Amino acid sequence: MSYEFEFSDVFAAWPELLQGLANSLVLSGLAMAIGLVVAISGALGQMLGSKAVRGLINGYIELIRNTPFLVQIFLIFFGLPVIGIRLSSNTAALVALVVNVGAYGIEIIRAGIESIQKGQVEAGKSLGLRPLQIFRLIILKPAIQAIYPSLTSQFILLMLNSSVCSAIAANELTAVAGEIQSRTFRSFEVYFVVTCIYFGMSIFFWTAFAAIEHTFLRKPTR
Amino acid sequence: MRQLGPNEIIFILAAVRWTLLLSLVAFIGGSVGGLLVALGRTSEFKWLRLMMAGYIKVFQGTPLLMQLFLAFFVPGLFGWSVDPWTAAALGLSLHASAFLGEIWRGSIETVPPGQWEAAKSLALRYVPKMTLVIIPQAVRIAIPPTIGFMVQLIKGTSLASIIGFVELTRAAQVINNATFRPFTIFALVALVYFLVCWPLSAYSKAMERKLLVASR
Repeated sequence: MSYEFEFSDVFAAWPELLQGLANSLVLSGLAMAIGLVVAISGALGQMLGSKAVRGLINGYIELIRNTPFLVQIFLIFFGLPVIGIRLSSNTAALVALVVNVGAYGIEIIRAGIESIQKGQVEAGKSLGLRPLQIFRLIILKPAIQAIYPSLTSQFILLMLNSSVCSAIAANELTAVAGEIQSRTFRSFEVYFVVTCIYFGMSIFFWTAFAAIEHTFLRKPTR
Repeated sequence: MRQLGPNEIIFILAAVRWTLLLSLVAFIGGSVGGLLVALGRTSEFKWLRLMMAGYIKVFQGTPLLMQLFLAFFVPGLFGWSVDPWTAAALGLSLHASAFLGEIWRGSIETVPPGQWEAAKSLALRYVPKMTLVIIPQAVRIAIPPTIGFMVQLIKGTSLASIIGFVELTRAAQVINNATFRPFTIFALVALVYFLVCWPLSAYSKAMERKLLVASR
């Protein structure tokens, strides 16, 4: 192997990489927060809405789940201006991520709602629990316990998926990598370092989410 | 500027064959790799289990796009220059190996301990134990999530367009650059992906439901 590694140019660009990392995290966090609102409304619509509303929501889920995120983001960034909706690349990236994670989130939230058992609520009533206690202990906590693992892994998927937003030059980590690469021509070094940064973020979130689950959401052992 | 005519539409639609071919190659490569990963992950050697767990984590914890970039640039370190097709096939195969390996590990582990003990008490060696007793029972459970992952893989091939491989998404970009009809073109492309992926998703879901009923 005659290749000489040269990481100094990449490490010299650390302020840019740090900024890119921060942007990626903000983008993913915002998308997850808004996506959750979409997912909760969608799940409620699916359970309470009319037949037409349910059909519409199912169509949305199937459409998003069965097309690539890259095509979705192109459609939003390049396609929407044709019908008069012009978004900046950062906004388009956020909208695309929200639309995408919303579709996956609906099914997660619905599973959480379905995990609540009517009999348990009645058992709570007959034990003399107050309505607020019933909501907190019998409805909310088990539902969160049920959705927490899928929701947190969905967030990590979303964070990794946000790298695709570089395709429309949104301002995030992968786009920063592209800029550094075109300036230094150190392709392997740049992408290796950035891959390590993403992996570091994944490890951080895996660990943090597991710790939160262990501390707050432990299930009672029988 | 070119008009978006039948020739352009045919150019886009014909590019779906590269998407399908790339998906197929990656699925075959990923199946071979995935089987090795799954067997390593369930083996009796701790070092092998840890190594495979690490392999899975790396691919689950990094973006597919980065994996493709590295598949494109790493061979260059050894003096091999690869074209986008080879890089995409390599990157997606390694990616699929990790995910299929994890899916199949789960399926192998659902085979009840009694079956492992029965195979052992029949004095079966590793290969006949796995091929005659464990894998046939694991396959049934593995089919729905495997098909579900195929959908992920087909969608994932769209990222090969970013490293310059001309498949469906890239063909659409090329035509869009010449005709500038983005809404029509990308909606058409989304429709093509949908027509390929939706039957697989629906089949996977139906199979899953069937297994659930059977196990009740």
